[in-house]
Amino acid sequence: MRAGRLAFLVGAARGLLRREPPPDAAYAEDAVDPREYDATPHPRAEVGVAALLALGGLLCAAFAVLVVAHPDTQLLGATLAAGLGCVGAALALASKRVVPQEVHVEEREPVPPQVDEALAAEARAGGEGISRRRVIAGAAGLAGCGLLGALAVPITALGPNLDGAPDRTPWRRGRYLVDPDGERLRAADIAIGSFHNVLPEGDPRALEELGAPVVLVRVDPRSLDLPPERRTWAPEGILAFSQICTHAGCAVTLFRYPVSEETSKPPALVCPCHYSTFDVRRAAKPVFGPAVRALPQLPLAVDGQGFLVAGGPLSGSVGPSWLDVRQSEGGA
Amino acid sequence: MRRRLRALALVLGVGCAGLALWSAAAGGQQPPPARPGADPGLAERGRALYARSCAICHGEDLRGVRGRGPSLVGAGAASVDFYVSTGRMPMSDPTAEPERADAQYPRRDIDALVAYVGSFGGPPVPRVDAGAGDVARGKESFTENCAGCHQVMGKGGIVVGAQVPAISDVPAGQIGEAVRIGPYLMPEFDERRLPAAELNDIAAYARYTAAPANRGGWGIGNLGPVPEGLVTWLLAAVALLGIVRLLGERTR
Repeated sequence: MRAGRLAFLVGAARGLLRREPPPDAAYAEDAVDPREYDATPHPRAEVGVAALLALGGLLCAAFAVLVVAHPDTQLLGATLAAGLGCVGAALALASKRVVPQEVHVEEREPVPPQVDEALAAEARAGGEGISRRRVIAGAAGLAGCGLLGALAVPITALGPNLDGAPDRTPWRRGRYLVDPDGERLRAADIAIGSFHNVLPEGDPRALEELGAPVVLVRVDPRSLDLPPERRTWAPEGILAFSQICTHAGCAVTLFRYPVSEETSKPPALVCPCHYSTFDVRRAAKPVFGPAVRALPQLPLAVDGQGFLVAGGPLSGSVGPSWLDVRQSEGGA
Repeated sequence: MRRRLRALALVLGVGCAGLALWSAAAGGQQPPPARPGADPGLAERGRALYARSCAICHGEDLRGVRGRGPSLVGAGAASVDFYVSTGRMPMSDPTAEPERADAQYPRRDIDALVAYVGSFGGPPVPRVDAGAGDVARGKESFTENCAGCHQVMGKGGIVVGAQVPAISDVPAGQIGEAVRIGPYLMPEFDERRLPAAELNDIAAYARYTAAPANRGGWGIGNLGPVPEGLVTWLLAAVALLGIVRLLGERTR
């Protein structure tokens, strides 16, 4: 099967690449080309073309009926493909067998000598204003400028038009964390080894912001290895990070949490796009994949009733690491 | 491969049994008796099975052995039933990735182990009913919570540094257990994150992925746009080239 397909491919490629042989002497003026005019009637071909066209028309009509009456994908595809195929086959057959085959050469009238002279004078006069060379050079310059412009202008589109979005975040000290249904989260309800998609409570417009979605995970608090200034950011081992990957801006939606770390792998957040992997216990430091910057962390606190609340804004710029964002992030 | 695994398991089983006998003979510890509440006869049989096959890695007292196996106190009936009935436990090499295999114990032995280890606390075996679930809602929930690793058609793959199992042929009960306990590197999803009704939906969708309705006619393995594109290029484009060649005119 594979070998057959390969042979067919090779055959097709060779057919495409083959050069036509040069016209030989038989095509000289007085020789008769057998294909010059051929109007042999092919009654069977005519019937065939008519039949194919009729069948194609019927199939296309059947397609139209099916769309309304019984829109089954396979039937729709089959009728339309067969209908168009029939029309195409009819056209191909007609061009080969029904239409007279003729090789026509248009003869050029010989130019009389006096007209020849007049033409030459006209050509000489025309060249006096602007030289042909200058016209071509000018046009080429214009084309070059246009081409360069066409190449250069799109460069401005490389790079995000984020309009300050990486540094805008709706998270403030005292803002409650809510699940996608808008319900506040209790610290006690977050199981070790679970993860949750979280948004800031309140203004729904703020949820459109790049800096709004946060992923919440809980690990064993004894295993945390946060920088000293972040020691208080993870009450009871609950950590929150921006959900937007610092590599290409995908949503970080995978959380790996080992049953037995000694015999497998440490807990990590993973981006499904390019598998950037962030070590949650070391403040989402990237440990694998293309991301180079840690996910910004959201400081957390627990209020008097046990609800999770933000302890401040996100720790850094949200989203992909474009040049200026990467530089503005200090510690990571 | 399976035969080799089985042989390994056998060797290990015999080894474990020998070790257990040796430790018993040497006056070694016995696993603690089941906590009250469990079916006493069943749990007692589970205790004996545990001592023979599990204690070497999970400890005589169920508290785990450093570098070999985690504590099973609080692991729960759901964990034991999942790991043992999917053949992932007992494992020949504690540092290897647990892989799905034929269960190494008959159902009654599994029930005994479940009763014994389950008596030390932890999540019970969840009730899951794929028949009560809704495939459409299940797909939405699956896409949101599971497809990142298990792929949208449940084919699995290699993600987050581990093999992700295909879930199409997995019984609903085992899917529910995995969701609640988070085996190996999978996170756990509690009632709050995935209520029981949503779990039924997910199980219904997982069952659907075993024989999906391929509206296009040919699923091409249901792997997504890459094989579909390859088929387009290799079949349709080649067919078009052939037609072009047929139609084209050649001198001589």
